[in-house]
Amino acid sequence: MEPTETDGGIMEQPKNLEGYVGFANLPNQIYRKSVKRGFEFTLMVVGESGLGKSTLINSLFLTDLYSPEYPGPSHRVEKTVTVEQSKVLVKEGGVQLLLTIVDTPGFGDTIDNSNCWQPIIDYIDNKFEGYLNAESRVNRRLMPDSRVQCCLYFITPSGHGLKPLDVEFMKRLHEKVNIIPLIAKADTMTPEECQLFKKQIMRGIQEHKIRIYQFPETDDEEEMKMVKRIKDRLPLAVIGSNTIIEVNGKRVRGRQYPWGVADVENGEHCDFTILRNMLIRTHMQDLKDVTNNVHYENYRSRKLAAVTYNGVDNNKSKGQLTKSPLAQMEEERRDHVSKMKKMEQEMEQVFEMKVKEKLQKLRDSEAELQRRQEQMKKNLEAQHRELEDRRRQHEEEKERWEAQQRILDQQKLDNSRTLEKNKKKKIF
Amino acid sequence: TSEGPQVIPSYSSSAMSEAVVPDAMVSPAVGGPYGEKASGPGVDFSYVGIDAILEQMRRKAMKQGFELNIMVVGQSGLGKSTLMNTLFKSKVSRKSVQATAQEKIPKTIEIKSISHDIEEKGVRMKLTVIDTPGFGDQINNENCWRPIMKFINDQYEAYLQEEININRKKRIPDSRVHCCIYFIPPTGHCLRPLDVEFMRRLSKVVNIVPVIAKADTLTLEERDFFKKKIREELRANGIDVYPQKEFDEDAEDRMINEKIREMIPFAVVGSDQEYQVNGRRLLGRKTKWGTIEVENIAHCEFAYLRDLLIRTHMQNIKDITSSIHYEMYRVRRLNENNTVVAHANGMPEHHLAAHEM
Repeated sequence: MEPTETDGGIMEQPKNLEGYVGFANLPNQIYRKSVKRGFEFTLMVVGESGLGKSTLINSLFLTDLYSPEYPGPSHRVEKTVTVEQSKVLVKEGGVQLLLTIVDTPGFGDTIDNSNCWQPIIDYIDNKFEGYLNAESRVNRRLMPDSRVQCCLYFITPSGHGLKPLDVEFMKRLHEKVNIIPLIAKADTMTPEECQLFKKQIMRGIQEHKIRIYQFPETDDEEEMKMVKRIKDRLPLAVIGSNTIIEVNGKRVRGRQYPWGVADVENGEHCDFTILRNMLIRTHMQDLKDVTNNVHYENYRSRKLAAVTYNGVDNNKSKGQLTKSPLAQMEEERRDHVSKMKKMEQEMEQVFEMKVKEKLQKLRDSEAELQRRQEQMKKNLEAQHRELEDRRRQHEEEKERWEAQQRILDQQKLDNSRTLEKNKKKKIF
Repeated sequence: TSEGPQVIPSYSSSAMSEAVVPDAMVSPAVGGPYGEKASGPGVDFSYVGIDAILEQMRRKAMKQGFELNIMVVGQSGLGKSTLMNTLFKSKVSRKSVQATAQEKIPKTIEIKSISHDIEEKGVRMKLTVIDTPGFGDQINNENCWRPIMKFINDQYEAYLQEEININRKKRIPDSRVHCCIYFIPPTGHCLRPLDVEFMRRLSKVVNIVPVIAKADTLTLEERDFFKKKIREELRANGIDVYPQKEFDEDAEDRMINEKIREMIPFAVVGSDQEYQVNGRRLLGRKTKWGTIEVENIAHCEFAYLRDLLIRTHMQNIKDITSSIHYEMYRVRRLNENNTVVAHANGMPEHHLAAHEM
């Protein structure tokens, strides 16, 4: 164990452990937490229309982000450059990736393309500013990261090096975002032409001092070899395709020509697999880190420096422009308080409304009940009267019946009397 | 490349309408409506010999040679120079001629014309290829068609000046642009605004033949879709490309040209390198997944373009240029002069709608 020097110049020896402590498990914990949280990645694609950007995105992530129902930007003719974003959630092996694709239809398509990069620069700066503001808040629990982490720039396969538009665009954006230049529609070129073109492009990039995304150096032998392989083949020449074709019994993704099938995943045909591996499998985290540590920090320092510069220059109260943490806190507290007040007011209003409603409802039901009571009373009285009537009738009938009985009785008596009289008579 | 009818060598005199007594043989196959069957060796009173003029014209043309001026327009990197080399099977492009292969894109549009004398089977041709490097390559391509329009009109002007000269040459050197091949990048979607603007303006002054460049990037379905889209857009914008409908002379022309019109724009691939394919040496492009044969019509439509430009319609192209486009220019120019004169005389003007520059 050689002693290693740290920044402070203190020699530290990595100590040998006597037994198994267990912090070797830390990566697993991070892994599990990350998987639970899910990942985010924002990818921007820039290039003239008709270069196969939509097809490539579909091939890279094996999804149909652009489909016949929602066609890619090339199918829509735009008069000015617009910046659109589409989100898709991809899941694989339990890991979630929220992928945001930022598209730039209309780039380089009109006759006069001066400043066609401006909307793109504005978009990227906008995202940085949003993140800066979110970061400067006092309460920053939810901080969504929508900064553009990688920009794939599609170069037309002219075979003649970079166009003025390519140079201008990359010069203006290489300090704001990771640029990965790609040669689009690489099946246009034979292998020799492709080599020559790549050399021309790299030369142009060096000449104009454009800083494209650099792969990080690592100590690992294997990784270094892989990185070197990638570096040798920059810029990557890609073909995109989502149609599956049978070649010698194998099913491959490719493009069918009368003279053969160009296989997208064949390393000899194009560099698609290298791009996919690099972008997704190995360097995604590094792209995010570089965006965060380099591009975002550049933006932040430039923005804050500009602000403080203005503050020092002005004779007005500095507190207006510079925001010291205390002032920030005060403001936030005030914001918070006013927000609370507003919420309170709103709640009271809502409460009142609800009370009124309830009251109204109760009154209504009361009236209803009253009505019903009246009704029932009426019913009751009607029944009562009916009953009275019936009773009277009954009484009358009874009287009549009794009267009749009395008459009958009387008759019976009379009859019996006459009978007796007759009986008496008969005896004499 | 001989297009003349069969001619019997014995009729080689240049005198016209001579009753020639055929001593050796007669041939009823001699073209022309006067081909009467001879009654046998002896005097043929019904045969005049007017059809011999064809042979005379042919010999004269062969002595004079032909001139052809083709302009190629398109963004850099679309294979213009390669296609020219392939068309004429020789290194006629600007890049092959200039020692320093200019790889940098020029800052403004330049017009470079290179002339070659080529010969085949005794027929000589002076071919001029006019290249336009820098077209459509800048960031701001506004009015990039102006230098080209100016060049074309300058050639017309030069010819006009020669024509109205008092002592003019017997054979005016023809530097007018006969045909402009416009290269459309193979996006597969639709025409770009630049393409539409350019073709709209230039189809009024020159014959435009649009081609889809680097067609080996499109599958057959994509190619058909792209062509249909292009034809629709050309129709929608009122762009008349060669062969123009209004210049069809008769039904036969119309039939042939209709067939061509259904196929434009031709999807071409150019190459000046030869490869072995099935035991034959062919021009082509070799990729890792196959070899594209340039002259195989199953692969690309280069053969159709070549036939159109060279084998069948070359003379027609030149005729339309001289009798229609040039005449329009001439009328406009002479009327301009007249209006100037009319102004001076106080007479009412007679306007002709000027074509926009």
